[in-house]
Amino acid sequence: MALLEARGISKLYARLTALSGVDLTVAENEFHGLIGPNGSGKSTLMKCVAGAEMPTEGTIRFAGRDITDAPPAERARAGLSLKFQITSVLPALTVYDNVLLALQAKNPLSTLILSGTRGELHERVLDILDQFRLAGRAEEAAAALSHGQQQWLEIAMALAPEPRLLLLDEPTAGMSLEERRVTGELLIPIKRRCSIIIVEHDLDFIRDICDVLTVLDQGSVLESGTVEHVQSSRKVQEVYLTRV
Amino acid sequence: MADDSAASPAPRAVASDARRGVPIIPILELALLAICAVLPFVLQDYLIVFATRVLILALLGLSFDLVWGYAGILSFGQALFFGTAGYVVALLARDLGITSIYIVLPASLLVGLVVSLALGGFLLLGRHPPTTIFVALGTLTGSYAADRLARGWYYLGGQNGIPSIPLMTAGGYEFVEGPAYYYLAFATLLLVYLLCRFLVRSQFGLALAGMREQEARVAFFGYKVQRLKAIVFSLAGAIAGLAGGLYTFHEGFVWPNMLGVVLSTQIVLYALFGGVGTLIGAVIGVIAIETVSFWLADNYQQVWPIILGLLLLLVILFRPGGLIGLLVSERERVGRFGRPPGTPSRATKGSGHGAP
Repeated sequence: MALLEARGISKLYARLTALSGVDLTVAENEFHGLIGPNGSGKSTLMKCVAGAEMPTEGTIRFAGRDITDAPPAERARAGLSLKFQITSVLPALTVYDNVLLALQAKNPLSTLILSGTRGELHERVLDILDQFRLAGRAEEAAAALSHGQQQWLEIAMALAPEPRLLLLDEPTAGMSLEERRVTGELLIPIKRRCSIIIVEHDLDFIRDICDVLTVLDQGSVLESGTVEHVQSSRKVQEVYLTRV
Repeated sequence: MADDSAASPAPRAVASDARRGVPIIPILELALLAICAVLPFVLQDYLIVFATRVLILALLGLSFDLVWGYAGILSFGQALFFGTAGYVVALLARDLGITSIYIVLPASLLVGLVVSLALGGFLLLGRHPPTTIFVALGTLTGSYAADRLARGWYYLGGQNGIPSIPLMTAGGYEFVEGPAYYYLAFATLLLVYLLCRFLVRSQFGLALAGMREQEARVAFFGYKVQRLKAIVFSLAGAIAGLAGGLYTFHEGFVWPNMLGVVLSTQIVLYALFGGVGTLIGAVIGVIAIETVSFWLADNYQQVWPIILGLLLLLVILFRPGGLIGLLVSERERVGRFGRPPGTPSRATKGSGHGAP
């Protein structure tokens, strides 16, 4: 059974139809790329799945339950995690504390008040920082990191709670070629552990790591299928040749 | 790119280490602790009474710092919990003859807790997260309404409040204003302070710190942001209530001003003046302003409100960090939460940046 099933998602803003009747299905451990021209509704769809926006119509099922109306905290607790398009690490906190904040989110309040998992999570925080090449900067404020490193920190934070589905909105935006390459490498080992939906403009990047692509255009699904299938689709070629 | 980032942090790390070498906040805390501990030995009697009052108000400052400085709730209603608790224990003493410290202080704490829980539940736990201004107005209204209610209620003494409240007792001992009451207030403040300090440096404190920076973001980690806020709000309400109980028996009477907007606002300004988000800043703010007003009111009766007003304006407009912001870096203010004490950092091990 699919991990995420969004059916007939529509989102209307005052006069603008951002999405109309979009279907999106993501299987367990699938890397799903979401592409399309600017304004095609990619980010809106991500926000609807994450709970940052409520769809005007449609239903979203995640891990067998209906989460269409669930608030973000509840979705997170069900195993959904995300990295926003705009980098939003917590700049004043240390890199270490940023990761700990993400790791401990599902601890009960009494545990948090008594700092009950501080020792136990310490090693995990360090492991995650190692994995994302941030260990040397653990004690610095997150604001001191380069743009690329902040993006990695955010991916690290999104992965810290071991989600079942990770939403990545433009993980390589503003990155140098080298940083993009490294980001791709950082994502590969995740493949065995969770599913990902990636919104990305960099087609080379997305082609390398995704199993399935969905192409959105003007708020609707233009094409969906394996990378090869989508690449050879005439509809997709038309959109990309004329408008990108 | 990953390689040059490994090279660049070196000077920055050195700089932050240098600053880390002199933690200002613990120095301030210890200095204040030492001063407060010996004060009754050097002050004249009437000044001890004044100092006791200031320490009790510092509790109220602490309670505001918790809600605004740590939980990001702009409360203009801390006096509501302070005054309500004050009235309740005054009635206990007047009508039921209950003056035992073992009953009245826990009762005042409980009243503060219950009232803030009710108000906080209403203001904070709605379907959608409330805006700052909604909560500010909600608490302000609560404080104002309680003030009006008390003024119009004959049973509560109307405008004049309840005078001649019996002394607080512990067994056969009666707490009169003076050194004993001073040390009672001091011990309470110290205890509450340590409790708050423990809380804001805990993993719970980390959640609050994250929430203060990016409320929306931390909700996506799975934090129930509004619930965290409501907890801090009630805790602060309990502290304000406790302060109200202490204050009532110290002064020997309660009156509607103890509930009202003026006191609520004063506490906001005092804490902002001292600097919020450090705990010690709020305490220093209350002590500083109360002391300056006391001194100015004695020596410059006509102009002191003007001087005080200007002083407050200057600090709040030009030094948003308050007095404490002059001494304490932002990094120290935010501080650390995670690394368990005594564990070495693995910083050096992970230096293989950009290895592949």
